[in-house]
Amino acid sequence: MAYRTYLMVCAGTGCVANQSIKIKDTLIKELEKKGLQDEVAVVTTGCNGFCGVGPIMVVQPDGIFYQLLKSSDIPYLVEEHLIKGRPVKKFMYIPSEKEPPIPKMSDIDFFKKQVLIALRNRGLIDPEKIEEYIARGGYSGLAKALTEMTPDQVINEVKKSGLRGRGGGGFPTGIKWETMKKVPGDVRFVICNADEGDPGAFMDRSIIESDPHAVIEGMLIGAYGMGSTQGYVYIRNEYPIALERLLKAIAQAKEYGLLGENIFGTDFKFDIRIIRGAGAFVCGESTALMASIQGMPGEPRAKYVHTVEKGLFDFPTCLNNVETWANVPQIIQKGAEWFTQIGTGDVTNDPWGGSKGTKVFSLTGKVVNTGLVEVPMGITLREIIYDIGGGIKDGKKIKAVQTGGPSGGFIPESMLDLPVDFDELTKVGSMMGSGGMIIADEDNCIVDMAKYFLNFTQEESCGKCIPCREGTKRMYDILENISVGKGTEEDLELLEDLSYMVVESSLCALGGSAPNPVLTSLKYFKDEYLTHVREKKCPAKACRQLNVYTIDEEICATVGHGCDLCKKSCPDFAIFGETKKAHHIDQMKCHKCGACYDACNFKAIKVE
Amino acid sequence: MFDENELKKIEELKRHYPQGKAVLLPVLWMIQEKYGWISTDSMKFAGDLLGIPYEHILGVVSFYTMFNEHPVGKYNLQVCTNVACMLRGGYELFKYISDKLGINNKETTSDGMFTIEEVECLGSCATAPMMQVNNKEYYENLTTEKIDDLIKDFQNNHKLT
Repeated sequence: MAYRTYLMVCAGTGCVANQSIKIKDTLIKELEKKGLQDEVAVVTTGCNGFCGVGPIMVVQPDGIFYQLLKSSDIPYLVEEHLIKGRPVKKFMYIPSEKEPPIPKMSDIDFFKKQVLIALRNRGLIDPEKIEEYIARGGYSGLAKALTEMTPDQVINEVKKSGLRGRGGGGFPTGIKWETMKKVPGDVRFVICNADEGDPGAFMDRSIIESDPHAVIEGMLIGAYGMGSTQGYVYIRNEYPIALERLLKAIAQAKEYGLLGENIFGTDFKFDIRIIRGAGAFVCGESTALMASIQGMPGEPRAKYVHTVEKGLFDFPTCLNNVETWANVPQIIQKGAEWFTQIGTGDVTNDPWGGSKGTKVFSLTGKVVNTGLVEVPMGITLREIIYDIGGGIKDGKKIKAVQTGGPSGGFIPESMLDLPVDFDELTKVGSMMGSGGMIIADEDNCIVDMAKYFLNFTQEESCGKCIPCREGTKRMYDILENISVGKGTEEDLELLEDLSYMVVESSLCALGGSAPNPVLTSLKYFKDEYLTHVREKKCPAKACRQLNVYTIDEEICATVGHGCDLCKKSCPDFAIFGETKKAHHIDQMKCHKCGACYDACNFKAIKVE
Repeated sequence: MFDENELKKIEELKRHYPQGKAVLLPVLWMIQEKYGWISTDSMKFAGDLLGIPYEHILGVVSFYTMFNEHPVGKYNLQVCTNVACMLRGGYELFKYISDKLGINNKETTSDGMFTIEEVECLGSCATAPMMQVNNKEYYENLTTEKIDDLIKDFQNNHKLT
């Protein structure tokens, strides 16, 4: 039975945490109450990407977009929109206070500039129903590969497309596949790397949550091309919803005969098993991941023998990232030529000649619209941050963009017109990475952020090789010293030397790229480091040990009426003053923890 | 440690891998999901079952941060302090909970209700700051008020979905 209207309720992790399941249940109840259950259908979809305004619901076929819904809003919304036919303005997206609300999803800037390949089904299908994936052309890429193409043709098509590894490395996928194909032997594996651990990144989670079958289809096509019969998905255990959907999707694919023996009536067979990680960042590294599947601690090995020759259980193994696999079905279905029309450079003769297709980024930090965006390669950082992201929160000034997580670097405002492209980002010392994009504003201190990333890498370093284990720890110590006012100018040189040492001598890419945040911040924000070491001041006032806290006695007495909150919060008993009268801080006793600043409700604490 | 069905499941798992060791991580997960943590005894049990030395298993368990080597509270509050959450007050939130419950990182309250743990990125960055409870439920866009409500909720036996 056809419905007149479909209510697409987002059930990605972000919206579920904000009660979207409750909203769905209330909708169903309310529709029944009004007798609309045969006219209006409620569908739960995967992540829409606009997680910052969740829970989200889109009314199809009109494409009306509702945000920040509460279950108490539902009766009114059903009454107005579905019975009286009047879309409700107050639940719509409002770009700024001065502008009118935007009813249609496709007119919202956040969605307008996006080009969807890996996420093409997001918000449009129920990810837990294979029928809906098939209805949107799903598994037709696999059908084409199996029935019309030879394995070599499949590999060649991917090679021609110029697809490069979306996990961050940017290695041409077709070349990897071709190399693996040439290695003799019957047993070989394909792996999907879903151990997405980069801080600030959730592209892979969202792809699996909104379209798990795209990943499965991609793996099937790759396995056919390379002659593999067994695939593994290594997924981090921190993603419960993604894991559950993937398990369901695999079960459905088996039921439909798309996994197992004699797929599409051919003699091709393939099976997928899921391996859950256990919370180790380094397991995103290919050899560490394989060690983990084998029941070992996730420690990488030197790669003088490539994993495509000797990988998992010592058999040839091809590992690709979730997003890479999700791109494959589209490339086979629509052809390499279609794919190369999107993106930068020319890959006809040189697979490293450009970046083709799209890239999914998770836009986070101090930007107005946070969420997941898929953009064509070659778009500028400025377009992503200002046109899609809606600019910086609270009208503040942007300081830097951090791409590539702990392996990437900081890009200053002056370089925002840089096109997003594997090679361009590497040239400036950052990298594409898996797609985390963190925006820092003037209130964020660059030393503090670099210190943060170093803290992350030194904790996540597996400890196998000394440069990474010890080097990152020492780099962290130096940064810590700078942030508490004990740093010197020589420290900055030492930091740089140490960085190059760690880059050059680490065993795997974790150590090899860990100093990038430090190197780029030293390169582009040297002044800020110098202020820290010379004047012992933090311009962003984020390094609290360098601040001087005082109380504006007038505000304290007249606005706050000497409320005592700061006095109670101070662990050093450094604040004096009678209740209802102005307070003051004894600088000799103050240990600069900033507790008073957080406690004061009247902005009477000043920071210098 | 395991009942018949679970042992059968492990035998089934073994058939899928060329090496027996590969079953170790799934088995450790089964133990943790059943008992909440992985004790020395259960590591020895797993070792006998799979023919893997205890020392290797201890190495694996201590390497991965998500395996609990000590019992955890009924509600394990895993607060993300990774960069996107840090920028939006993850550390302040962690400190708030830690002060409120009177426990430090990886400690459990004396009544066995709460454990608090600082964790790395959980991929919920657009709705930072956030925490995960018992490796399952996400709570996002957190504020101190929301934390107060949640903790009250948990104390009144809130059921996790």
